Amino acid sequence: MSIEEKVKTIIINQLGVDEGEITPEASFIDDLGADSLDTVELVMAFEDAFKIDIPDEDAEKIIRVKDAIDYLKAQAKEQ
Amino acid sequence: MTLEGRISLITGAAQGIGKEIALELARAGSDIAVADILFDKAEETAREIEALKRKAKAYHMDVSDTDEVHQTVNQIAEDFSKIDILVNNAGITRDSLLIRMKREDWDKVLSINLTGVFNCTQAVLRWMLKQRFGRIVNIASVVGLMGNAGQSNYAASKAAIIGFSKSIAREIASRGITVNVIAPGYIDTPMTQRLPNEVKKGFLNQIPIPRLGLPQDIAKGTAFLVSDDAEYITGQVLNINGGMYM
Ligand SMILES: NC(=O)c1ccc[n+]([C@@H]2O[C@H](COP(=O)([O-])OP(=O)(O)OC[C@H]3O[C@@H](n4cnc5c(N)ncnc54)[C@H](O)[C@@H]3O)[C@@H](O)[C@H]2O)c1
Repeated sequence: MSIEEKVKTIIINQLGVDEGEITPEASFIDDLGADSLDTVELVMAFEDAFKIDIPDEDAEKIIRVKDAIDYLKAQAKEQ
Repeated sequence: MTLEGRISLITGAAQGIGKEIALELARAGSDIAVADILFDKAEETAREIEALKRKAKAYHMDVSDTDEVHQTVNQIAEDFSKIDILVNNAGITRDSLLIRMKREDWDKVLSINLTGVFNCTQAVLRWMLKQRFGRIVNIASVVGLMGNAGQSNYAASKAAIIGFSKSIAREIASRGITVNVIAPGYIDTPMTQRLPNEVKKGFLNQIPIPRLGLPQDIAKGTAFLVSDDAEYITGQVLNINGGMYM
């Protein structure tokens, strides 16, 4: 599974949204209906799925779908 | 049995109220992680639970030590594969009149009774959020509601647990996790057996139901709050005190 697909699956499971709603520009809170606890859980789910630690200061910058994908791609490269 | 398949972590479960809670939840079908700083006695509790045909394991865990709590909780989740129920029961007293109270007695009581609850709740929450189910019961005290001369540090820690619990209850209610408080009255345990006789008599005179509370009284209330029957109860304080405070 590509990083994009993996991220999409996690978002679908975590936020209970339809695949069609998940565009790169979609904001988790404004467009996908996440509350603040959802965003924390989402980051936890990324951490588990990608076996990484996402520090708070990085997590705060993950606002849109594309932020998550870009961040996780960059992490994958570093590894 | 109502708690079959559940995994419970109980702090301060080597003796007293915590031990009785551990045994009661085991009787109701739960497997138990027994955490305490008294490791040998915690192992005794674990063996008594195994005699009830439930899985049990003792862990050395000082609730005031954030690193040890996080490590131990992860170990427990690995050993039992999940954690459904947390009972924050570990607690101490360091009594004296405020005018004579040492800073160290203030700090010690707050760090175990209050920061201990913070540490354990935070560590366990990760697991509960993932499974979208959890039951947390925090053991406060009637003293946190009434106040008690000579226990300002203890009363402050116990009152704070109530505010903490109500806030967390709101934060995670949508995730199938409930958080409640039990405020015991005067319960016959090693903690109270140390009190001078005249103090004990004074307490007894304030209790409408004319006997001391027993660990069993607290354990029964806990077993209810962690059961599926209590799924619509959160952010509450259950007073189990023989009517000492109403
Ligand atoms: N006995 C009462 O009348 C009464 C009344 C109200 C509330 N409570 C509360 O009930 C709880 C249990 O009290 P009890 O009467 O059974 O007391 P207890 O002293 O008999 O047992 C407390 C247990 O907590 C453990 N403990 C102490 N510090 C710890 C730490 N840092 N980390 C982990 N474990 C630790 C002790 O080793 C002991 O096993 C406490 O929170 C107490 O404040 C008791």
